[in-house]
Amino acid sequence: MSAIRAEGLTKRFGDVTAVDQLSLEVAEGEIFGLVGPDGAGKTTTMRLLTGIMDASSGDGWVFGRSVIRESEAIKDDIGYMSQRFGLYHDLTVLENIRFYADIYGVPRRQCEQKIDELLELSNLAPFKDRRAGNLSGGMKQKLGLSCALIHTPRVLFLDEPTNGVDPLYRREFWRILYQLQRQKVTVFVSTAYLDEAERCFRVGFLHEGKLIACDTPANIKKLLNGQVLELRFSNARQAAALLREDRPESSVGLFGDRVHMLTQDPERDLNQARSVVAKSHLELLSSRVIDPGLEDVFISVLKKDAGGTHAFE
Amino acid sequence: MHSSNPRNIAVSVHNLSKQFDGFTAVDRINFEVKKGEIFGFLGPNGAGKSTTIRMLCGILPPTSGEGKVAGLDIHTQREQIKWQIGYMSQKFSLYEDLTVEENINFYSGIYQIEEDTLRRRKEWVIEMAGLQRHRGSLTRVLSGGWRQRLALGCALLHEPSILFLDEPTSGVDPISRRQFWDLIYELTGRGVTVFVTTHYMDEAEYCDRLGMIYDGKLVALGTPEELKKEFMKETVLEVSCEQPMKAMAVIQNLAAVKEVTLFGNHLHAVVPDARTAHKAIQLVLSENAIKLSRLEKISPALEDVFVSLIEAQGKATATGGEGA
Repeated sequence: MSAIRAEGLTKRFGDVTAVDQLSLEVAEGEIFGLVGPDGAGKTTTMRLLTGIMDASSGDGWVFGRSVIRESEAIKDDIGYMSQRFGLYHDLTVLENIRFYADIYGVPRRQCEQKIDELLELSNLAPFKDRRAGNLSGGMKQKLGLSCALIHTPRVLFLDEPTNGVDPLYRREFWRILYQLQRQKVTVFVSTAYLDEAERCFRVGFLHEGKLIACDTPANIKKLLNGQVLELRFSNARQAAALLREDRPESSVGLFGDRVHMLTQDPERDLNQARSVVAKSHLELLSSRVIDPGLEDVFISVLKKDAGGTHAFE
Repeated sequence: MHSSNPRNIAVSVHNLSKQFDGFTAVDRINFEVKKGEIFGFLGPNGAGKSTTIRMLCGILPPTSGEGKVAGLDIHTQREQIKWQIGYMSQKFSLYEDLTVEENINFYSGIYQIEEDTLRRRKEWVIEMAGLQRHRGSLTRVLSGGWRQRLALGCALLHEPSILFLDEPTSGVDPISRRQFWDLIYELTGRGVTVFVTTHYMDEAEYCDRLGMIYDGKLVALGTPEELKKEFMKETVLEVSCEQPMKAMAVIQNLAAVKEVTLFGNHLHAVVPDARTAHKAIQLVLSENAIKLSRLEKISPALEDVFVSLIEAQGKATATGGEGA
């Protein structure tokens, strides 16, 4: 049985269709990533699949139980960490977790053991008496995660859990997710970081409420029409602007200090880059063909819709 | 740098500190930001970034030390500073139940912008943010990228010479983030100074200079290139292979590898000696029947630098504690 399944799941707000005929399946023990531009419908999808919001049509199931007709029953199986997860800032770490234990009706004896486990998992044990309001962003996220796990759910829904969290905490957060996955917990996570999406077993690309691709990261990259040439210049931004003068804008992307060029013919386009450099004061520091990242695919597929003509989330 | 003409300096701080109830959030930091520069302020959560920004914006009085913003003193001229700067925080501070135009009107009221000027500035904001078709839309229904550009516009209504951005792109998708940075470049091209915090290390690469703060202390200062040279003495090898998680576990145990981390679907191995490590990695992967598709030396990314710098600091202080 799939851990999560959706069949034609649709949500309309007035005349806006936020989620449009969404169908997917997530196997037990999988880490599934949901990515898409702002307003694509990621949060709405999460709310539908957790039974918090009713679908306009279609249905979804968590371990075979309908998120519409059995939305109370599925709560035992589900842990959900929303973007504004409700932590009580004047309660300590421990008090926050106990509070959620009470909400979920976790028996006291079982609860204390579970709390110890969670504090160890999240490395929050040394801070258990600190007020949540005095935790840094990364620690708050880990506390939110611990609260969402107190009733030992089989499926964990995480809505952009690493927003505003520094690179070290992001890494730690993912280490925790892998540990959970080894314990057979199914993870359904949305993210704006494409390097995180690479770490998922499978990824769904949501665009204007529609799932336009759903596969392993490796297979999704096959959607990219061409190869990626990575170029380093003395000034990446100026170089990208110059390269865009002669080719489709969406085929040249800035990735930090590197320029990625989507190309059918790396040799020819490397020569183009060299001639651009020759005419300017820029310097080409290095070049190589690389395996494309999901961010290359994301930009290439969605560039034409930049800015989002679809304002609704 | 130290002898630079004060007229070319937008922000300068000298031994700036802030304490809360005996806890030192910002600890004697020193730096200067030149006019028209993009200065990136990096550091882990709770390192003191927002506290610093709030002192520079005149919102929070410093405990000790000096600071000047647009030539004004951050102790005594806090009110005047507010007219010279634009400030955009992580939460955008827009009114969700107001329309796009109403939000602009509201902010122009705060900044007491004259009617004639407002008409011109409003058009500029709407065009800059690409909101022509959404003037009358409620802010609530706009996606993150739109809201972010509207908030930027509102922070710029009074044409400030210095712009403070506190994690402006948090949670915004890659395309909107790139558009946002194009706007930032346009602004600096017109002489606006930008002081920005971010957790996206690819964005840190777009800054002219960076300061890195840890535990309230400024631990690094320089251009992205300088930081890579100064703080990344080791070599970075990029490993592309099947089963990257499993590969990471076996590479981690190699004596020739100092550290290995996952970057998307590749591994970055930080190694003291490239040749020794190259051989060791090849060998251990083949022993474990993991197919290697590529193994090469790369120039380090800022994220490599950030992580290695912060971990070194963490080991040095070995506290693990952090504040608000």
